[in-house]
Amino acid sequence: MKEEPRGWRELPIGAVTYKLSLEYKTGGWRTLKPVIDLSKCTRCMLCWLFCPDMAIVWNGRDVVVNYDYCKGCGICAHECPVKAINMVSEYS
Amino acid sequence: MLKPKVPLEKQKVMPVNGDEAVAYAVKQCLVDVVAAYPITPQTIIVERFSEFVANGEVKTQYVPVESEHSAMSACIGAAAAGARAFTSTSAQGLALMWENLYIASGLRLPIVMAVVNRALSAPINIHCDHSDAYGMRDSGWIQLFVENSQEAYDTTIQAFKIAEHPEVQLPVAVNLDGFFLSHTLENVYMLPDEEVRNFLGGYRKPVKTYIDYLNREVEYKLDPANPLSIGPLDLYDYYFEHKMPQVEAMRKASDVVREVNEEWRELTGRSYGDGVIDSYAVEDADVVAIVLGSSAGTMKYVASVMRQKGFKVGVVRLRMFRPFPFNEVRDLLKGVKAVGVMDRGLSFGSFGPLYLEVSTALYYSKERPLLVNYVYGLGGRDLSPAMAEEVFMDLTKVAELGEVKEYLKFIGVRS
Repeated sequence: MKEEPRGWRELPIGAVTYKLSLEYKTGGWRTLKPVIDLSKCTRCMLCWLFCPDMAIVWNGRDVVVNYDYCKGCGICAHECPVKAINMVSEYS
Repeated sequence: MLKPKVPLEKQKVMPVNGDEAVAYAVKQCLVDVVAAYPITPQTIIVERFSEFVANGEVKTQYVPVESEHSAMSACIGAAAAGARAFTSTSAQGLALMWENLYIASGLRLPIVMAVVNRALSAPINIHCDHSDAYGMRDSGWIQLFVENSQEAYDTTIQAFKIAEHPEVQLPVAVNLDGFFLSHTLENVYMLPDEEVRNFLGGYRKPVKTYIDYLNREVEYKLDPANPLSIGPLDLYDYYFEHKMPQVEAMRKASDVVREVNEEWRELTGRSYGDGVIDSYAVEDADVVAIVLGSSAGTMKYVASVMRQKGFKVGVVRLRMFRPFPFNEVRDLLKGVKAVGVMDRGLSFGSFGPLYLEVSTALYYSKERPLLVNYVYGLGGRDLSPAMAEEVFMDLTKVAELGEVKEYLKFIGVRS
């Protein structure tokens, strides 16, 4: 359930954040989304290393994208040495 | 009157100029960080204070920054880490700080800054007017103006108390007139160090605020044990709500300035009006001049001379320009026939900023006095007693005539 936005008397001083940034899903900013072709992926983890938003996750077997936080910058696709990541339009 | 807690004989008299008075005050205030860049006429404050640091007389971390922009940035960082921070500047230096002034107030950091008032370029000028202070009037800082060096000393100490009051938590600018005060020797009474420390309650204690993800109240400061994000992106969904507490804090600041003035009177025997407005012979006055800063001395002197000649004149010195004491000004000027607002600086294409505030205050009054704006003393031009008399005489004529022919007048300029 979505929380009601707070009134100004209920906020901490100085515009300090009262929730962790994990609760601010930035995936909505995306226009292109990275799609990983797991048949090509060598699990080298370069995408994980380069992702500026920690949105590439190792689930124990495969590399997956956390679309809650991926902003679609495309760095992972650019860095992938085997071209296993394609940037696909969110609207296609 | 009750005897002050620290009687005059226990206070030390020091022959200092206004800048030194500020430097000595800051020396006694347990300031953690001073970051400042020297600029005339503020230089002596920085010079003296860096001497105190070099001599080991204070434990303050002194940051010799490369510009005023960095000076304010360093103070913001220090205050965000929970420190008591101080800086000082004038004119162009204040202009260079501009964007950071809003950050200091928006983040609710109780920084204290001495602004030694100087005219803004161009043409380049190092002498006093209030164009620099007027330029920061919308930045969310509390702005206090002092009349003499004694008040500069007293107000600098008070400023920390006002800024750090839990209901305020706003930066405070203490304005003193460049050269007229900053470079003029005066005997100033100073308190023993421990009295100042007790007055301020020791080192700064940041306020507490509740943080959801920590499930408790923590001190509002950067602390690895209780991590906070200070100054994050804040868009149309919350920015407006985050500005409202600043409105509220400013509203509460007037009472705090008054309380601190009263507390100071009990401690030292000195007070400045009610802390907000310092008026002279206003009660039965027909004409009144309103003024900021050191010119008030001249205006009061001329008013006293004219009173002896039978003119019913009075002077209102506003000690506090932000928040502006609208209700108090309106009540004080009830029954006055003509009011002259003296501005040492103006908004080109409009009037002097002080005039705009006073006319707003009077708009809500049923018995509005006639109102004239006198712009004087730009670039450090002296306000002589003759000019002060010219203002009172002009106001007397306006009061007799019952109407204002010219709303904006310039005093002491060659045509």
